[in-house]
Amino acid sequence: MSIIRRVLIANRGEIAVRVIRTCQRLGIETVLAVSAADADSVPARLADRTIGLGPAGGGPGGQGLADTYLSVPAIIDAAVAAGADAIHPGYGFLAENPRLARACEAAGIIFIGPGAEVLEAAGDKLAARTHAVAAGLPVLPGGPCGPAEAGALARRIGYPVLVKAAGGGGGRGLRVVREAADLEHAVAVASAEAQAAFGDPRVYLERYVSPARHVEVQLLGDGHNVIHLGDRDCSVQRRYQKLVEEAPAPLLGETLRVSMRVAAVALGLHLKYQGLGTVEFLVDRQRAAFWFLELNARIQVEHPVTEAITGLDLVAEQIAIAEGRGLGLSQASVSFDGHAFECRINAEDPAAGFRPSPGTVTGVTFPAGPGIRVDTHIQGGSAVPPRYDSLLAKLVVTGADRIQALARLRAALARCRITGVTTTVPMLSGMVDDAEWAAGGVDVGWLERYLERGGAGGWGGAGGWGGAGG
Amino acid sequence: MDLTDEDVTEILALLDSLPYDELDLQTPRFRLTLRRTPDGWTQSVESRSAPSAFARPAEGPAEGPAEGAAQGAAEGLAAAPGTGSMEHPAGYNRSDVPSSRVDSDADGADGADGELVAVRAPLPGTFYRAPRPGAAPFVEVGSRVGPDTVVGIVETMKLMNSVTAGVDGTVAEICLGNAEFAAHGAALLRIRAD
Repeated sequence: MSIIRRVLIANRGEIAVRVIRTCQRLGIETVLAVSAADADSVPARLADRTIGLGPAGGGPGGQGLADTYLSVPAIIDAAVAAGADAIHPGYGFLAENPRLARACEAAGIIFIGPGAEVLEAAGDKLAARTHAVAAGLPVLPGGPCGPAEAGALARRIGYPVLVKAAGGGGGRGLRVVREAADLEHAVAVASAEAQAAFGDPRVYLERYVSPARHVEVQLLGDGHNVIHLGDRDCSVQRRYQKLVEEAPAPLLGETLRVSMRVAAVALGLHLKYQGLGTVEFLVDRQRAAFWFLELNARIQVEHPVTEAITGLDLVAEQIAIAEGRGLGLSQASVSFDGHAFECRINAEDPAAGFRPSPGTVTGVTFPAGPGIRVDTHIQGGSAVPPRYDSLLAKLVVTGADRIQALARLRAALARCRITGVTTTVPMLSGMVDDAEWAAGGVDVGWLERYLERGGAGGWGGAGGWGGAGG
Repeated sequence: MDLTDEDVTEILALLDSLPYDELDLQTPRFRLTLRRTPDGWTQSVESRSAPSAFARPAEGPAEGPAEGAAQGAAEGLAAAPGTGSMEHPAGYNRSDVPSSRVDSDADGADGADGELVAVRAPLPGTFYRAPRPGAAPFVEVGSRVGPDTVVGIVETMKLMNSVTAGVDGTVAEICLGNAEFAAHGAALLRIRAD
C-alpha cells in the first residue's frame, strides 16, 4: 500500500475542479497541469499549484493538444518536476491511454486508473467484445470484417447494420448501413476514416437495434473483488453525445436491471478490474433484452448522478483503490436512495445546429439549495477557449423520487444564467418540459426527433456540428 | 480549499430562517453571492486566488505570469494542504470524513491519551470566545466538552454561527484570541478526544 500525498491532475475544465475538491477534502496536495490557455482558469486558481505543459514560449495560440494534454512525455515530465506521486487523468485526453499507464509505472508514479492491460482490452472495441463474450455477456450479432467479407456477414446479421471502428468508442467511428448496396463502400470509407482518426483501420459490424436505450452500470473493483454502484440511463443523445443522464435508469424492470448489473460485474471479474469503470449496454425494453456495447475504463462525465443516489465520492474511491487499500465497500453496503438527473450545459448554439460558442463568460448564476449540485469551471471573466470541449457545467439535481427530482430540475434550470457565450440552457429548459421525455425511458433517437420537430421553440437546426465528449 | 456545495447548502440553511434576500460574502480567496428568487436560491461563486505556478529550473518564465508565482508564494500557499492526517478513513465514504469543522491533527497521532481534534471555523469570520462582551468564555483549557457543547461563535456578515466541539473530550488548546479573524477552516481550538 502506498499513500498518495501529491497528485498531478492531467486534465482541465470541470473534471479538474471535481478532482481537486476531493483531494483537498482528503488532505492530498494538488498540482494542476495547465496549457498556456488554462494558466488562469478556475481549476488553476483552486489547485495548490500549477505546472505548465508544452514547449516554453508557446503562447495561448501556439500550443496544440498534442504538445500538452495529449502528450505522454509532457505529462510525465510535469509529474516528475512537481514531485507528484500519482497522476489523475480525469476523462478524455489520456485517461484511457495504456502508454500513459505504462510510462507512470516506469517512472514510479501511481496511475489513478486501471492497469495498461485492462486499458488495452477496453480501448480496442473488438478485444472488449471478445472479453464480453468470454465473460458470458450478450453481444449483438456481428464481428470483424473487411470490405470483401462484409456482404456475407451483413446478410447473416440482417440489415440495418452498424459499421464500427475497433479503435473508436464513445460514439466516434460509427456508421449505419441500411441496404446491401451501400455496404462495401461504407466499410471502405469507415476503415479509411478509422485509420486517419485512430491509427487503426480495423472495423467490425454489429446489428443496428432501434429503438433502443443506452443504460450503463458503474463498476468499482480492486483487482480481486468487483462491485456495481447501480445503473444510469444516458439515452438523451445527439450524434452519440450524451446531454442528459439520470440514475437509476427509469422504467427498466427489476429482472432486466438485476441481469445487467450481474453481467457488468461478471465482466469486471473476468478482467480482474481495478479502479472505476463503466459497462455500457444497449437495451431493448420491449423484448427485455440487452447487449454489451463497450467498457469505459475511467471516471465518466455523468458520475455525479451515481454519487447523488449512493452518497459515495467516486474520486475518493478511485484514489483508495490506487493506493492499494482494496475495496472498502461490500456490495451489501452500497444502497440507493432517491433519483438524480444531470444536464450538461455546453457552450453551443442549439439554434445553429449546436455550433460551438467559444468566447468570454461575462456572468454566471447557478441555482443553489437542497438537492442541487453544480460542477463547473467557469465564473465571470472565464475564457472558453475554442480549442477545448464545450462543457461549461453539469447541473445535478436530486430528489426523493423521480417526480420530485424532475420538479427541482425544472426550477433549477430556470435559475441558470450564463452570459457572454451561447449555451444549451434554454434548449434544456424546453426539453425537460416535454411530456414524452418526462415520462421516462425514451430511446437514443428521441432527442434528434424532438429537435427535428422543432421542440423547445425551434432548435431544429440541422447543422453539422458534433462534439467530442467523455 | 474552496467552497463546496455542502458549504453553500449549510449557509443557505442559516439564511433560510432569516429575513435577508441576499448574501454577498467576500474573502481574499473567493466571493459568494446568494440571492433569494421566487424559484429558489441562486449562487454566484468567484475564485479569487491567483494561480500558484511551479517554477521549473529549466524553463522559468514559460510557466506563467511572474506576478502569479510571487502572489502564490505570498498567499496561495497560506492554507497549505497535507497538514492533516494522511491516513484516510476506511471506506472513503463521504460521511466518514468530517466536512470541514472537525478533523484529526497529525500531531494527535502520537498523543498517548486520545488524539487531538481541531475544531475549525465553518465560515471565515470573527471568532468570539464568549456569548457577549464581558461574559465568561464558553470554555477554557481543561474544560470538559461533549459533541454539542458550544465552544465559540464565528460571526460572518452579521450572522452568528455557534461552533460546537463535535467530540467528547477536554479542551487542550485555544488557538485564537477573542475577536480575532478566523479563516475558513482555521483551527479555533483543539480538543483531546476521550
